[in-house]
Amino acid sequence: MLQYATRRLLLSIPTLLFISFAIFMLLQLAPGDPMAQVPLTVPPEVKEKMREALGLGEPAHVQYWKWLVQVGWTEPKVFIDWLTRDSALLGWLPDTNLYQGELRVISWQTRSPVMDIVVQRIPQTLWVVGVAYVVAILIALPIGIYSAYRQYSVFDQAGTFVTMIGFSIPPFFTGPLLIVIFSVQLGWLPSIYDTTHVVRDWASFKVQLQQMIMPVMVLALQITAQLSRYMRASTLDNLNQDYVRTARAKGLSESIVVMSHVVRNSMIPVVTVIALGVPAIFGGAIITENVFKVNGIGQLLLTALFANDLPMVMTLTFIFAVLIVLFNLIADVLYGILDPRIRYD
Amino acid sequence: MTNQDIPIEALQDDEPHQPVRGVWREVWSQLYQHKGAMFGMVFLLFITLAVLIGPYLYQVDPQKIDIRNKDFRPIYTTLWDSDAKTGWNKPLGSDQLGRDNLAQMLAGGRASMAVGWAAMVLSVLIGTLIGVLAGFYQKLDGVLMRLTDLFLALPILPLLLVAVTLFRQPLRAEFGAEGGMFILIVTVIAITSWMPMARIVRGDILAIKEREFVLAARSIGTRSNKLILRHLLPNVMSPIMVSATLGLASAIITESALSFLGVGFPSDFPTWGKMLADAVVRMEEYPERVILPGIAISLTVLSVNYLGDGLRDALDPRIRGR
Repeated sequence: MLQYATRRLLLSIPTLLFISFAIFMLLQLAPGDPMAQVPLTVPPEVKEKMREALGLGEPAHVQYWKWLVQVGWTEPKVFIDWLTRDSALLGWLPDTNLYQGELRVISWQTRSPVMDIVVQRIPQTLWVVGVAYVVAILIALPIGIYSAYRQYSVFDQAGTFVTMIGFSIPPFFTGPLLIVIFSVQLGWLPSIYDTTHVVRDWASFKVQLQQMIMPVMVLALQITAQLSRYMRASTLDNLNQDYVRTARAKGLSESIVVMSHVVRNSMIPVVTVIALGVPAIFGGAIITENVFKVNGIGQLLLTALFANDLPMVMTLTFIFAVLIVLFNLIADVLYGILDPRIRYD
Repeated sequence: MTNQDIPIEALQDDEPHQPVRGVWREVWSQLYQHKGAMFGMVFLLFITLAVLIGPYLYQVDPQKIDIRNKDFRPIYTTLWDSDAKTGWNKPLGSDQLGRDNLAQMLAGGRASMAVGWAAMVLSVLIGTLIGVLAGFYQKLDGVLMRLTDLFLALPILPLLLVAVTLFRQPLRAEFGAEGGMFILIVTVIAITSWMPMARIVRGDILAIKEREFVLAARSIGTRSNKLILRHLLPNVMSPIMVSATLGLASAIITESALSFLGVGFPSDFPTWGKMLADAVVRMEEYPERVILPGIAISLTVLSVNYLGDGLRDALDPRIRGR
């Protein structure tokens, strides 16, 4: 297993290099000049200097190499320095001081390091999308198990219908619909997610909870729809297996048969599906973040795109790609650990 | 010696109880029993006919600006609010520029369905081609499957957004505002959604390739291309059809999402997603402008999903006939 994981980890390096190169070339081919906003009165030679200051004067392969060094070498150094200086986990270690003021990936919009902005935006996204994912898992698993256990019952039919709805209604419709009902008509919940809100006591915690309900529910509906279908199918597969009959024949109670025999076995594929969905937590909520005005990563990508901020777009999509590759690997390894029948070597 | 010609009764050939039916008749009768699939098919037909024929029956230009008759409410608003500004000339009301909502819904549906179908067909073609090549030719398998893995590792929605925002201008110059956008959106959706199809087709081809009838066909000298077209492809039709319906649903949603984010068709060209996005700011006074296109998208996608669900059951020979 360790050998398999190492091999996959090594193989993911060329994959990621290729993906980053593909994204880079896509952005290179694209039209759009970051100097388009500069007034026409600025002389051309000054403009040329400004382009060089942005790193645009160099040929494409030099630009790509520089970006690669910045993301793959300089940013980790900054991260390790932060770990040993400020973080609670490793703060007791001596300060490493690896970062010596090299150029980091700079956003064209804010002229500040891209990673700093990403770190500012991550908590909002994690709060909203991460909580939605946890809520969806907690709802989806019981629904899936019960509707498989009582296949074709009223509950199962209703569950199938709800999952179909969750599949079919896009978040840019459920979002505004919920806003109309709960913010405009009833006035119970705020329509905008206030990211400057600080939780200090119970009252402010309640406010935070209220503003989280709608975006979390919109996202959770979709994720629940997918997960509960997987759980139902997987449980159905296991309920017809011989070992279930054996367990019942031994006289085990129905709750033990289902909860400890069937569920544990049917969780194997579902856990990998859950792991595969984790990258979407960081990047997939572009629409929901847009509807509820959450200034998370998805909204950052959207604004960077519209502002033609290529380093930001490049770095963000690359981070998403890293997460996807990483969690694919984690899902495969988990599958092997959970299910001893699977052998990779 | 007289009874020699009459065979023993037990060995007599029974007449077949039912006429032998083809596979597709069987599939249809199974599909017919699936309530959701029938609802889906009927609704999908209804929507398709409505957006195809509707504009000829209801001849109002969806882009015509009629500022004097702006902000009409739908005609059914009079049921509970008799003072509402309604008119029979605008059955579903009009928007803030006086454009007719019904005409916009029909035209928008046409655009959404066209994008959905075209993207689905293109992605099915790419997926099937790559799947068949990878499954049939051992040499190509490794390369093509690594390519599929690469595409699966790409972040889809961000890349879609990147491609659409960045390549809008040149294509617009080449094919005109609407045509360029249509080509761009269809290609981009297709390029980012063929991978599951390729994997499914490859897996099935790998399994079917080893069966006896393929060996038999090969032994009578069938060439590879005939083998693929006449023997392998018909046998993988059912997974292709199922994932094609699901692909249609997701293509419609993706197109609407792009329009909603403001990177879809140009602003005077209505699609359901764009109508919804434009109406969100005036949602409090005119909720119907959000709800009507929203319901149209949701019901269409719901019916396509139900149809796919029914097809999956009907095409699965293990379930069929039960």
